[in-house]
Amino acid sequence: MTEESIISEFTAKFKPDILEVARKNQKRAVITIKPEAILRTAGHLYKEAGLRFIIASAIHTKRGFEIYYHFSLDSAGLILNLHVVLDSVRPEIESLSNMFNASNWIEREMHELFGINFLNHPNQDKLISEGNWAEGVYPYRKEFKSVSEEKK
Amino acid sequence: MSRKTLIPIGPYHPLQEEPELFKLYCDGEIVKDIQWVTGYNHRSIEKLSESKTYEQVFFLVERICGICSTSHPFAFANAVEEIAGIEITDRTKYIRSIIGELERIHSHLLWVGLAGHFLGYNTVFMWAWKYREPVLDLFEMITGNRNSYAMFRVGGVRRDIENHKIAEIRRVLGEVKSKTDLLTGAVMDDPVIHARTKGVGVLTRQDVIDYGAVGPTARASGVAIDVRKDDPYAAYPLVDWKVITSEAGDVFAKAEVRLLEMYESISIIEQCLKGLEKEKEGEINVKVTEIPEGMGNGRAEAPRGEVFHFVVSDGSNSPARHKIRAPSYVNIATFKKSCIGQTIADATITLAGVDPCYCCTERLAVVCDAHSGEKLMNAKELIERSAVRTASLNKEFNCNK
Repeated sequence: MTEESIISEFTAKFKPDILEVARKNQKRAVITIKPEAILRTAGHLYKEAGLRFIIASAIHTKRGFEIYYHFSLDSAGLILNLHVVLDSVRPEIESLSNMFNASNWIEREMHELFGINFLNHPNQDKLISEGNWAEGVYPYRKEFKSVSEEKK
Repeated sequence: MSRKTLIPIGPYHPLQEEPELFKLYCDGEIVKDIQWVTGYNHRSIEKLSESKTYEQVFFLVERICGICSTSHPFAFANAVEEIAGIEITDRTKYIRSIIGELERIHSHLLWVGLAGHFLGYNTVFMWAWKYREPVLDLFEMITGNRNSYAMFRVGGVRRDIENHKIAEIRRVLGEVKSKTDLLTGAVMDDPVIHARTKGVGVLTRQDVIDYGAVGPTARASGVAIDVRKDDPYAAYPLVDWKVITSEAGDVFAKAEVRLLEMYESISIIEQCLKGLEKEKEGEINVKVTEIPEGMGNGRAEAPRGEVFHFVVSDGSNSPARHKIRAPSYVNIATFKKSCIGQTIADATITLAGVDPCYCCTERLAVVCDAHSGEKLMNAKELIERSAVRTASLNKEFNCNK
């Protein structure tokens, strides 16, 4: 499958769920979707189109919490970023870990560092700071100030 | 229900000097479940990166790993150059690939040595680490450092490989190649290594896809993914080489893939050196004025697999968000599949099989006097210095009663 056929098939199949499609160049695409469509869209990419899940990146911005799910089509060198924008007060989204294990740890990590809740995740225990970090304090949120920043 | 015994490996690993804890839940000698505990050394590099300028981030990400210290700057450079749309010169491409491949050679040699050590085959350990030394010396000649080479910057590299150094690089490569032959022969023909690694820690093709494993771990299970081929960067599309795969998915296949990859690396470097000779010396940088708003997905094939950097720029001089995914992050997760059902003795080599990333950058520097050439600290003085240090520690901890 080529990168063009993957993207055209995807945009045709999930037209109502897609908010925006941006192409930086031939090998990079960012598709913004509605958060409630994450399971079916990611499922299509993984199971039917055969893309590999690289990782997901969360960002805290003015719009709220944004997650980029990075998928790779290795045969064509394409990176497809599925982009969702979550609510800034109660960020939550369906977990992908029941579909593939590759997202298990990164969802735990995002839960721990950003406080994003992943629904139906098999085990949302802390991954990095187990036992030595306060509950409900999320270090990667923009309002969190490190010790050196507070001194300024 | 039978009772399970908990066998801990860590938090200080007896062989690989980095803190992590594997909890093996065993029934008799068989591993029934495994749990990985990490975070002992979390440095929050992603958050730190947001407070540094693009030029400074290179030095920060270089310190993520002490062995594959060029793979993170490599991926970060790819990401930032994608945001700014920078096209680097051909000479830079060749230099970057040479550094990347030299690193792959010394990293794979290090792994082969460690794997031998895990199996109690210390001859392989000593050989592999001895033959790795000339590669590190080569790095010192090219970059000034044996590890953490500080070669990368946005739009280029910091140091040129001058053409008069090429002959020396060729000589060392020839030496490394003959030693690799020796080592490959020793590993591939040894009945003890066969007995200890064949059929051990098998990872199927489906497991690799499920966990998203990368690098030699994936290629040993027949999944032919390699960023250098799939999403070519630097000089890899300009040279001729092939992706090494194996089908069995066991520890032996992983060793086989790594050993054969070293030959490909040597061949890539030789071709890059030919390319360097054709390019004009000194053309190693392009002018970069600003990093515009946008985002970039940068990746590079490290010795352990795909390194992925996601950089978001808001137009300022430092990243707004910088996500880093090292290959071990996805490879270590596969232990859930490969270790369960193994004996404890086999589990240790299975854990080492994916080459989880460890740091070993300690070294001894011998300083010579510039005029007389005399060593300023000889062995006797070092021993005396060590004795003084031990005595002061004893005093501090009140050990000398």
